[in-house]
Amino acid sequence: MEQILGNISLLFEFPVVNIKIILDGIMIGALFALAAYGLALVWGVMNVKNLAQGDFVIAGGYLAWWLANQGMPALLGVPVAFIIMWGIGWVVYKLVISRVIERDLFTSLLATFGLAIMIAQILNLLFGSDTQSIQLQYDTLYFLGGFVDIPIAKLIGVLLAAVLAAGVIIFMKTSRMGQAIRATAQDARAARVLGINTEKVYAFTFSLNSAICGAAGAIIVMVWVIQPFYGITYSIRAFVIVTAAGLGNLPGVIAAGLGIGTAELYGAHIFGIGYQQAVAVVLLLMVLLYRLIQQRRVRQSLQ
Amino acid sequence: MKTLPVLGAWLTGVFLLVSQAGYAQDCEEITLGSAISLTGKYATNGVHAKNGYEFAIQKIKENGGVKIGDKCYNFKVIYYDDESKGDRGATLAERLVNQDKVQYMLGPYSSGLTKAIAPVTEKYQIPMVEAEGASRSLFAQGYKYLFAVLSTSEQYLASAVTLAAEKAKESGKDPSDVKVAVAVENDPFSLDIRAGVFEDARRLGMQTVIDEKLPRDLSDMSAILTKVKLLKPDLLIVSGHSKGAATAVRQISEQKIDVPMIAITHCEAADVVGNFGAAANDILCSTQWAETLTYEDPIFGSAANYEKEFKAAFPEYADKSVPYQSAQASAAVYVFKDAFERAGTLDKEAVRDAIAATDLATFYGQIKFSTAGNNIAKPMVLRQIQDGEYNVVAPSEFASHKVNWPRKPQ
Repeated sequence: MEQILGNISLLFEFPVVNIKIILDGIMIGALFALAAYGLALVWGVMNVKNLAQGDFVIAGGYLAWWLANQGMPALLGVPVAFIIMWGIGWVVYKLVISRVIERDLFTSLLATFGLAIMIAQILNLLFGSDTQSIQLQYDTLYFLGGFVDIPIAKLIGVLLAAVLAAGVIIFMKTSRMGQAIRATAQDARAARVLGINTEKVYAFTFSLNSAICGAAGAIIVMVWVIQPFYGITYSIRAFVIVTAAGLGNLPGVIAAGLGIGTAELYGAHIFGIGYQQAVAVVLLLMVLLYRLIQQRRVRQSLQ
Repeated sequence: MKTLPVLGAWLTGVFLLVSQAGYAQDCEEITLGSAISLTGKYATNGVHAKNGYEFAIQKIKENGGVKIGDKCYNFKVIYYDDESKGDRGATLAERLVNQDKVQYMLGPYSSGLTKAIAPVTEKYQIPMVEAEGASRSLFAQGYKYLFAVLSTSEQYLASAVTLAAEKAKESGKDPSDVKVAVAVENDPFSLDIRAGVFEDARRLGMQTVIDEKLPRDLSDMSAILTKVKLLKPDLLIVSGHSKGAATAVRQISEQKIDVPMIAITHCEAADVVGNFGAAANDILCSTQWAETLTYEDPIFGSAANYEKEFKAAFPEYADKSVPYQSAQASAAVYVFKDAFERAGTLDKEAVRDAIAATDLATFYGQIKFSTAGNNIAKPMVLRQIQDGEYNVVAPSEFASHKVNWPRKPQ
């Protein structure tokens, strides 16, 4: 308790710390938002809750790390991971997801849970269980007497994430495929009646999700560290964010991502870093409770 | 008929091996059992340990095997993969004892797995010499059949506290002026390290300014390092396995953390020098063993010789230093050899008593067990990364280099 109060008083004693926490939170949140964005797509369009979301992220990270070790420029890892993970996503869809998509919720949960375990173990067998990261040879910018530091590598990572998110939003709004995806999300049967090949839409959506995750992983490996079993942290955050923002609300997903990133870092500062993830989960609980109360008021039921 | 020359070469190889083994061929076998992590999160270190076991078995064979009375024996190990999971480890230990009728065990990797297996070996009164479980709590259960060749975890970074006190005195300050910041993972091993650090820090009257637990899936510790910047401790302790080491080294340099002394664990496992270069300079790393130490024994020769021969036997270690996890695994096998020879019998109880009475000089350091089963004769070593090299700086009787203090932010 004393320590918690001490930590809170630090925030007021050194107001500049707040700026540092918010900036760091936005940088983490941007990458959470990316993974959550892909999850929202798959969830909304196919009604598949992909528990392997975080493991796709880590797989993308390992791809980028491995390619960088083979001598490829590290930044190129982001588009390359996007493309390769697209292909892997497509294969996974054809092999696994397409078989469970019409089944009930439980089957698809089990299937993606199994997928998560498989991916983690395959990465472990291929690359070993040590943590890996790519160290970019960029400087760090310092502001406000050195208290606020922004490594240029992180800045590049966040910019790449923003470019990727913007690209996907524009694609969804303007392209034929984007329209087809949104139509399928609204009502798959009606979309089929109107001549949309929903099977193709599903395959495309899942591949796109996998590619977004891969690119996010390629950024994460440049900014933080990855390990074969880190997928679950990104899965949890993605679920929290999508639940908080709601499906089909892409700006909401981004806002929730940034918000959760910041809230987590405040939590880590005040309660200790061990409680960082707890903050995300408590936020999820609060959102669910709020939703429940809200729906009870309009006499609807949660299904 | 391309297979013929291949077959010929293979036969020649087998023949050479057999003839080389020569004398050893006449020896009988003693079967040891081990559940070890070959897959799962501990796979890397599990394989290091297994390689250490195998290397020692080979070396003992080359040196005439284990001599009990006028007979000679060679070790053979039955390995099972525990998948880095405690419940699996315990099941496999049961299987080794009940189905494979193993009478002697080598340890698994990690304190957690050792904790899971020790109750089983204890129940069946199977002597287990382990090399990879350092948690202090393992030796507070009153186990009679568990022996560990390595130093227990509370000693890992305690010497950094002593070193910080020495430096404070040198610069005309009192040790009680030293401010300590501790960030360790919330697992038995790291919590022991924390306990060891606090024990020494309290004795010297130091103040604790940060005491945080790192989450298991740590990839960002900027929140702690920001506090470090505000509270300006004189000693920063970080322990969180290889992810903790990697994250700490990277973010300490990103945030230009200026602390005179930084001590962490698992530098080698995280390859902080290879990954982060100059950012790792002047960081202190604890280790169980270093190849530059002056220990030696008749089987493995000096520590440096162990390093050389191990690399020859396992070429995949050629471009890195041999991890201490392998060295201590070899030492565990050596303890068994020594105990069997002193016991002069294959009787389980006699061997257990012989292990308990071990007082053995090895390339890995002196081995002598307390009544609780932990090794009390070997100190932990602190190395500092100086221009990319790991140099021993503490304790002073083993130091080959002077410590760089205060550390400059890189």
